[in-house]
Amino acid sequence: MAVFQELKKGALISLWFVFLTFPVMVIKVDPIARTVTWRWMNALYMAIGTFIIYTLVQFFIKRRGRSKPSTVQKEAGSSVIHRLLDNPRRRAMLFVALAAAAIAFPQLLSAYQTNVMTTALMYVVLGLGLNIVVGLAGLLDLGFVAFYAVGAYTYALLNHHYGLGFWTILPLGGLLAACFGILLGFPVLRLRGDYLAIVTLGFGEIIRLVLENWGEFSKGPSGISNIARPSLFGMELDLHGSIVFNYYLMVLFVIFTIFVVNRLQNSRLGRAWIALREDEIACQAMGIDKHRTKLVAFSLGAFWAGLMGVVFAGKTTFVNPASFTFMESAIILAIVVLGGMGSIVGVILGALILILMPEYLRGLSQYRMLAFGAILVCMMIFRPQGLIANIRRTYVYKKTHNDAQAS
Amino acid sequence: MDYFIELLFSGLTRGSIYALIALGYTMVYGIIGLINFAHGEIYMIGAFTAFIVATVLSIYGFPLLAIVIIAGVAAVVWAASYGYTIEKIAYKPLRHAPRLSPLISAIGMSIFLQNYVLLAQSSDFLPFPRLIRDFPFMEPIAHIIGSTDLVILVTTVVVMVILTLIIKFSMIGKAMRATSQDRTMATLVGINVNRVISMTFIIGSSLAAIGGLLIASHIGQINFYIGFLAGIKAFTAAVLGGIGSVPGAVLGSMILGLTESFATGYVSSDYEDVFAFSLLVLILIFKPSGLLGKATNQKV
Repeated sequence: MAVFQELKKGALISLWFVFLTFPVMVIKVDPIARTVTWRWMNALYMAIGTFIIYTLVQFFIKRRGRSKPSTVQKEAGSSVIHRLLDNPRRRAMLFVALAAAAIAFPQLLSAYQTNVMTTALMYVVLGLGLNIVVGLAGLLDLGFVAFYAVGAYTYALLNHHYGLGFWTILPLGGLLAACFGILLGFPVLRLRGDYLAIVTLGFGEIIRLVLENWGEFSKGPSGISNIARPSLFGMELDLHGSIVFNYYLMVLFVIFTIFVVNRLQNSRLGRAWIALREDEIACQAMGIDKHRTKLVAFSLGAFWAGLMGVVFAGKTTFVNPASFTFMESAIILAIVVLGGMGSIVGVILGALILILMPEYLRGLSQYRMLAFGAILVCMMIFRPQGLIANIRRTYVYKKTHNDAQAS
Repeated sequence: MDYFIELLFSGLTRGSIYALIALGYTMVYGIIGLINFAHGEIYMIGAFTAFIVATVLSIYGFPLLAIVIIAGVAAVVWAASYGYTIEKIAYKPLRHAPRLSPLISAIGMSIFLQNYVLLAQSSDFLPFPRLIRDFPFMEPIAHIIGSTDLVILVTTVVVMVILTLIIKFSMIGKAMRATSQDRTMATLVGINVNRVISMTFIIGSSLAAIGGLLIASHIGQINFYIGFLAGIKAFTAAVLGGIGSVPGAVLGSMILGLTESFATGYVSSDYEDVFAFSLLVLILIFKPSGLLGKATNQKV
């Protein structure tokens, strides 16, 4: 009887969704040719699809409900990856294997693959940068791409007008982006979380609109082309050499970023961020300068975005405002949310999944943004901690021999 | 002088549309404290439904008045259904989650809906049928205020009056005000909070759909992306007036509409959107509680 009830509910929900999606999915009008196409099959697919998804969700909720008592233990043991990383010998082996794979990658695969991988690595770094702001400090920044644009345009403009090289601009672009971060952060970081999200979103759009409209400064929507590629100790590289060089550059960047973020996370500052994220009032009561701590997180995140912007401009040799839309910010946010806010391994995995998957499933790439939206919603509902949850540092009181005897 | 009055009316028209959308933001925020990021998308879906229905009916040769009524009703019904469903899927499970979770979920919903319409319909700008004909009696002043502007202004005023009456006197309006003051206490006196929240989403979405229908027939074209910008601007208006306050949303929308209209008329139209965003940033910095909002102190 219960099964019948479930089926009935599923059928009703399917019907509701068929009704809901009816005008958009079924009817397609051509206002110029004045024809109407009725796509009845879509309604059928919608009904079947909703029914299957509903059944799956119900199934998972039930299973989760049954295994509830054991979750506490499972969390402590954590995931396979954390167990791998906990053992020093296994960790060393894993790192050696990863390093070997990273070095061999451009030698074994084509330039195209290397290029794709470079892009994915750029998103790893961007994700790690945003992770400082969103994951650690708990500040939702929806205008992250603005800082990325600042970096990219710094390099593009200075290279175009003054012929300055990649390595000179790299720190400059990062610092300039960090300055923008401080300028924006100084007034707005007083705001509560959701207002901050909107202001950063507005700021991101302002930067893009200015770049688009201020033609004398940025050449408007047509963008700046012929930007110099990064050079290797003054040597100019040919196209293939440059692709391989960019790739190794990005590998180094990723290692550097992981190192810095990891150190930051466990530092006094990193703990202050996490405390701030969890409870602002308690955090202030502990004597942490709320404003300054947030500002540092914000500008550090911006710094990384700026660095990547410079690398982006150097890699593509062309920038225009269309590369810096809100969707770009949304993709980076999806990477952080999917991977697990605050978790370094998670963000790396998230970036690789979200950037490489659409690249290799070309046929499905038009559904990419649709999937990103769905991922954000589903992750929040079913697994807010992300694919790989960040494990808190916990100090376990170990009983010594004497204690055991005493008790 | 004529130019000034023309800009004044065009500003009021813009303001009316913003007000219809901003009310949805402000009501939802007042009740569950969430910025419903997907609200702009509901407005877009309302406009799209109206577009599809109106075009189909006009192809099948229905009279104009019937098209307006049926398309309007369809837009409201479907937008309200979307609002209701979105709340149930994306926000209700997260009601006790940390603050960031529903916001991220809302952003995800917004991206999802945009791309859903993009994939199911088209990415082009589509011509919206002209639903409002020029009235003969408007002829002498047509160069200052168009017939569609008049229709938009009148509709907005009527909708506002109805909304105020609902909130002031009806049972559900009283329940809404009680819920926004104190949700737990409202539950204790026997208010079904889930129903109130659903109703808020339904009313807010219906208003957005009316706005979508009006603006689409005013501008004459439509695209899947219109919700994003309109949503942010309406949100700006809601914040300007003080988020959570219904008269504040209307006041803020009018100020924003007039600012944009005069700025584009006298300064430059390239930076139209920059004005709105800058206004938003400035308000949030100097008066985060808005013009009519109450400053709330966080208690420990």
